[in-house]
Amino acid sequence: MRYMLLVHQDEDIYRNISPANITSMSSDYAAFNEAMMKAGVFLGGERLQLTNTATTVRVTDDKTVVLDGPYADTKEQFGGYYMIEVADLDQAVAWAARCPAAQNGTIEVRPIWELTGN
Amino acid sequence: MNQTRNDAYRAAERQARESYGRLVAYLAVGTRDVAGAEDALADAFATALRKWPIEGVPLNPDAWLLTVARRRQIDAVRRRHTHTAGTPHLHLMAQEIEAEINDAAQNPAPIPDRRLALMFACAHPAIERAMRAPLILQTILGLPAQDIASAFLISPATMGQRLVRAKGRIKAAGIPFHIPDREILPERLDAVLEAIYAAYAKGWTEMDATSTPLAAEAIWLARLVVSLLPDQPEAKGMLALMLYAESRRSARRDSTGIYVPLDQQNIALWDDWQIDMAETLLNEANATGPSGRYQIEAAIQSAHIARRRTRISTWPAIAALYDHLYGLTQSPVVALNRAVAHAELKGPEAGLALLDALAPDKRMADYQPYWATRGHLAARAGRKAEAHQALTLAIGLSSDQAVRQYLHKQLEALRDG
Repeated sequence: MRYMLLVHQDEDIYRNISPANITSMSSDYAAFNEAMMKAGVFLGGERLQLTNTATTVRVTDDKTVVLDGPYADTKEQFGGYYMIEVADLDQAVAWAARCPAAQNGTIEVRPIWELTGN
Repeated sequence: MNQTRNDAYRAAERQARESYGRLVAYLAVGTRDVAGAEDALADAFATALRKWPIEGVPLNPDAWLLTVARRRQIDAVRRRHTHTAGTPHLHLMAQEIEAEINDAAQNPAPIPDRRLALMFACAHPAIERAMRAPLILQTILGLPAQDIASAFLISPATMGQRLVRAKGRIKAAGIPFHIPDREILPERLDAVLEAIYAAYAKGWTEMDATSTPLAAEAIWLARLVVSLLPDQPEAKGMLALMLYAESRRSARRDSTGIYVPLDQQNIALWDDWQIDMAETLLNEANATGPSGRYQIEAAIQSAHIARRRTRISTWPAIAALYDHLYGLTQSPVVALNRAVAHAELKGPEAGLALLDALAPDKRMADYQPYWATRGHLAARAGRKAEAHQALTLAIGLSSDQAVRQYLHKQLEALRDG
């Protein structure tokens, strides 16, 4: 089954981060990525830029409304995703727990809506 | 004569439920679709419940159910082709189930028992805690939503909707249908046991056999888990605990329906057979290693029975067991019982001191047992005003008429004493 791991974190972590922490964090993420690929579960994933670069778009009454800022103004913001292929929810949850972001953020695990049967 | 007919009826009904549960589990684990499996077997199950008590249970009950289910599926296929509401999605689901049924019906070997896997799916952490017991009761025992709903104090329609959603969630979220690995088995098993025990607790206040005696169903489920996981001590511990409680059912209420506490029960009314079974199970469980909470609770029950039967005090053991149990669970119920045990050992003031430690906990404000216990102990300590206030609160928080009457009598005794 395919799952999305949706990473939510308080962006202030990244605003006030020390260079030493940046290095250890990137090596944690590198290790995590490698583990996923080695296990053959990694389908994709990207980190997103901070929410001050976000734009929201809506079309109402044939008018396109464009606003600056993210979709929701929350304490933790959506910051990136992984797409993985695993046998069941337990395994998806296990990978989410291994993601470095789980230490100080929240990972939402959601199955992909498959178009064939099931 | 009527009793034998009733027993035979119950036995046939029990067989039908067993077969149904085994088949639902088999089909559901194969397709991951619990609701679909239930639908496929619903008509056959209803027919079995009607016919088997009268005509007798067939030699191969599983095969009987599958054959009837298959015939219904064939009829349903004809109907589906004229049904505009059917979506391709439902069509594919139905085809999967049909294939499973055909497979199983043609396979002469007995259906493998997948009920444990189904129970673990129903009690998975991703399933809302309050829905785990209802799911197990419906999928393994075939209990209808309205029977389950009344026990859990919500409307049948609401219970029905929640069950549908929960089953949908099992499939959509990919909740696994397998027995967890050894490292996490105890904690996952604890969720299954907790669900079964919740069902038992709901059946605790049932006075006599209603349409589906929930306590009996819960005990049956506990036996099933013990038989499928014979190496797990907590499963045996929980079954022992239930049997100890069940053994006192006849002694719990007097002829006027008033609640009789354990210390005043007529031990001749206790069911010795169930007590013996419980003792055996407890001994087997204890032989397997360190005790979990169900085993400790069962051991406490065993100690209560021993002190009533032998008239030798086992309060030191009971207090020590509660100390250990409280260390494990930090549960308010345990804290209260621990206070009572210490009161028996060292006097009511000792018990009240332990209750004082609980007092700042906000949950105690509307927790009936806390006030009832406080009332009893304060009365024994001679703190009349405090006892009066606590017992009054306990009465106000009670939802069981028999319990209220019992507390009223205590209040009167206080005034007269």
